[in-house]
Amino acid sequence: MSHLDRLRAVFRRSLNLPADAPVDDLEYRAIQQWDSLAHMALVAAMEDEFSIMIDTNEMIDMSSFAAAAELLEQHGIGTAAV
Amino acid sequence: MSVFTLREEEREARLVRELAELTERHRQACLPYQRILDAIGVRPPYERLVDLPWLPVRLFKTHELRSVPPERVFRVLTSSGTTGQRPSRVYLDREAAAAQTRMLAATLKEVLGERRLPMLVVDSRSVVRDATLSARGAGVLGMMNFGRDHTFVLDEQGRVDAEAAKAFLARHGGRRFLVFGFTFMVWLYLLDLGLDLSQGVLIHSGGWKRLAEQAVDNAEFRRRLGAECGLVRVHNFYGMVEQIGTIFLEGPDGDGLYCPDFADVVIRDPDTWEEAPPGVPGLVEVVSTLPTSYPGHVLLTEDLGVVRGVDDGAWPGKRFEVLGRLPRAEARGCSDTFGQR
Repeated sequence: MSHLDRLRAVFRRSLNLPADAPVDDLEYRAIQQWDSLAHMALVAAMEDEFSIMIDTNEMIDMSSFAAAAELLEQHGIGTAAV
Repeated sequence: MSVFTLREEEREARLVRELAELTERHRQACLPYQRILDAIGVRPPYERLVDLPWLPVRLFKTHELRSVPPERVFRVLTSSGTTGQRPSRVYLDREAAAAQTRMLAATLKEVLGERRLPMLVVDSRSVVRDATLSARGAGVLGMMNFGRDHTFVLDEQGRVDAEAAKAFLARHGGRRFLVFGFTFMVWLYLLDLGLDLSQGVLIHSGGWKRLAEQAVDNAEFRRRLGAECGLVRVHNFYGMVEQIGTIFLEGPDGDGLYCPDFADVVIRDPDTWEEAPPGVPGLVEVVSTLPTSYPGHVLLTEDLGVVRGVDDGAWPGKRFEVLGRLPRAEARGCSDTFGQR
């Protein structure tokens, strides 16, 4: 599974979304499920899934799915395999 | 980059300029604010912080004060307020919401570092789960951003869960970790646990009213935590929802609350409204450049405080102490001076 598919799965799981829910355009607080508590669960789940440590500012800046994908790249996820 | 860098003179010069601009911006964008300014009759230029027009913090309970159109409001924060009062309502647009989170992080970074630390919460997980979040729940939730592996000292029913705390320390007790709780909760529940918290950094807030009833002051609070838990990195903070994102953080030596570079305090004599010199108690006015979507940049609180020193402590600027709430009758007097109609 590609890192983006894994990230989509993490999003669906952490935000309690259906298995086929589109997530690529999601933004923080734009849907009810992505509130501040879910945000923390999401960050923790990403840390577990990709074995990374996300610091406070990165967590604050991760305001969309796209930003989360970018954050992964900054941590060397998804680029190393190319 | 640290936000505890500016000595008082430079801080005041910068803040006066920025806050004067904010005052104009809010005057044009927020009609109730404009009316209040017109009624007071204060006009620029402002030379000192003390010259800036202030709003009594309670106006956020009675007036809808926002400087952005309704469609740009991203979050509305409410405070529980004192029993029997209407809650304050604070309107944030996306920009202000992002700025407050970021600047709170920058402030706490001074004592926590960049990393999210393992976090022990002296409260129950149930306080953050309610749909209608209490002020306490909102406070815990806000702080949880700075932690990981959040572990709660109280169980769902509010009973001490000593096993959870011990298991947390077994996992994380050997390295720096974060402890957060409201001051009275820390006093009630943390001391008796008899845990080794010597690697912890305690952040606490919420006021001293309940501890003052037991004749416990800050010095005693710190002494007992050090003696019984080995907890020596202890930072109280003072802040309010009406100036969300701005906190005044106790310095490493416990010698007062310090202002981040984007904020300051003015202590005012409650009879003359003049600035009280260091050592003389008065009403605490808090100023901050963060409130850009509502006119909360210069607020007179109902708390009594005193400046303990200027540019003479661990961090630059004023260091001050909050002494408690102004008695109710007097507080009513001060908002009357605005003659709101």
